[in-house]
Amino acid sequence: MIKVNCFAHLKEQAGGNHIHIDRKEMSVKELLQEVQEKYHIQTDSVLVAINEEYAFPDDQVTEYDTVALIPPVSGG
Amino acid sequence: MFEVTSEPLSIEEISKKVVRPEAGAVVTFTGTVREFTKGKRTLYLTYEAYASMAEKQLTRIGDEIKERWPEAVTAISHRTGKLGISDIAVVIAVSTPHRKDAYEANEYAIERIKQIVPIWKKEKWEDGEEWIGDQLEKSAGIPDKEEIR
Repeated sequence: MIKVNCFAHLKEQAGGNHIHIDRKEMSVKELLQEVQEKYHIQTDSVLVAINEEYAFPDDQVTEYDTVALIPPVSGG
Repeated sequence: MFEVTSEPLSIEEISKKVVRPEAGAVVTFTGTVREFTKGKRTLYLTYEAYASMAEKQLTRIGDEIKERWPEAVTAISHRTGKLGISDIAVVIAVSTPHRKDAYEANEYAIERIKQIVPIWKKEKWEDGEEWIGDQLEKSAGIPDKEEIR
């Protein structure tokens, strides 16, 4: 099970601080696809962070990683 | 030197962190909550952060500044939670031996914050509220590969 942390409007769309994907390992690209299909969250401009670093579509995510969906930021 | 906090920010304290004998210039940027944006009135803002990652990304901006301006020392603090009009959301202090570098490095820091630091603001208006996406003056709101690695 991969736990995915959500922030900002994604938290509201996901209905909580995190969602769970029932997989042990998958690519970032697959993760985003699943989030989009299962939770109907638009992920076109969403990045994934693995262990607090930005990840690329081909990077692998495992259930032991700290994973987060990062929508476009608006700090400052 | 790089923090995300729910406590009010002190310009003086953050600026003091970069003061040192080698520095002849300290440039401090203060980002405050604006009341009107394109005619629309903001009542207050709520900032949310992925704090641990945000602090890492702020530290990374400090490292990038060090690469470009080796003599610069940087401190950045960003606030989270509910902020009223004119409250301070971010303070960036950069010191360098000469002023030009401090001005440039400071501007670089705020531009990078708006690209890579996982902090989001929700605007509360008189007639509703909304999470704000990117505010970069370009079309895409996400960092490209060169920006994040």
